[in-house]
Amino acid sequence: MPFREKTREAVEIPSSSLADIAFLLLVFFLVCTTIDIDKGLQLVLPGEDIMPVRNQNISNILINSAGLILVDGDKTAAGDLAKKASEKLLENPELIFSVKTSSETTYQIYVTVLDQLRHAGATRISIANPEEV
Amino acid sequence: MAVHFRRRSKLKISVPTSSMPDIIFQLLIFFMVTTVLRQFDGLQVQLPDARQLEKMGSKRHIANIWIDKEDRIVLDERLIKNVTELRHLLYQRRVNDPKLIVSMKVDKEATMGIINKVQTELRKANALRVSYNSLPEPE
Repeated sequence: MPFREKTREAVEIPSSSLADIAFLLLVFFLVCTTIDIDKGLQLVLPGEDIMPVRNQNISNILINSAGLILVDGDKTAAGDLAKKASEKLLENPELIFSVKTSSETTYQIYVTVLDQLRHAGATRISIANPEEV
Repeated sequence: MAVHFRRRSKLKISVPTSSMPDIIFQLLIFFMVTTVLRQFDGLQVQLPDARQLEKMGSKRHIANIWIDKEDRIVLDERLIKNVTELRHLLYQRRVNDPKLIVSMKVDKEATMGIINKVQTELRKANALRVSYNSLPEPE
C-alpha cells in the first residue's frame, strides 16, 4: 500500500503579532492590578481649647470595660446605636456626641461605636478623656 | 605616491531587530519580578472591622502609628518608649506638613487606656486629623 509522502512545508508559528500579544497582556495586568489602599474611619479630634457647649446639645455615650454602651443613661446594643443616634439627631441636629470609654474598653467596640455614629450621619463627635482612676 | 583607499565592500549590516520586543518583554518581567516594594509592616496588628470606611488619600501626608496588644507604640518605623515622645515628633511632622493625617493601625484587642493617652498627645501636637484603619466588615 503506497503511502503518500507528505509535502514538506516549512511550518511556522506567525511571530509578527507576538509583541502585540505581549503588550495586550501588559495592559491587562496594568489595568487589573489594584494597589491596596488603607481604609479607615476618619475623624477630627477636638482641639486643646475647651469650648463651652450647652448641656442639651450633648449626648453622652459611655462604654464600659465589658463593652456595654450607655447612651444618655439608656443601655443600648451596639447594633441599635445607629438608629438611636439618628433619632436623636432628628430631634436636635446640633447634637454633639461625646464618646467616653473606660481604659479597659477594647478598641474594636470603640471603632464599632464610631462606625455606628458615622452611619447615623453624625458629624460632630467628641472624644472625652476618661477619668483617671 | 598615490594612496589607494580600498573601497569598502557595500555589505548591508544591520542588527536584527525582530526579537527586540522579546528582549524588552523579558527585561520588563525581570524587573517586575525582582522589584520589592519597600514596605514597613510595623507591628503585628489585627485591625478592627467597620462599615463606613473611607479611602485614605495619598501616602505623602500620612503618619502611621501602630499600637499592638502589648501596648507597644511605633510611629513610622520608630519604637516609642514613652508616649510623651509622640508630642514632639508629631508636632514637627505637623509643622512640616499641615495636611498631615495620622493613620492609627491599632489591634482590635488593644485597650482604650493607651489609645486615649496617644490621642491626648495628638491633641497636644495639634495633629487632629486621624483615621482609624479598619477592615471592611464581612456582611
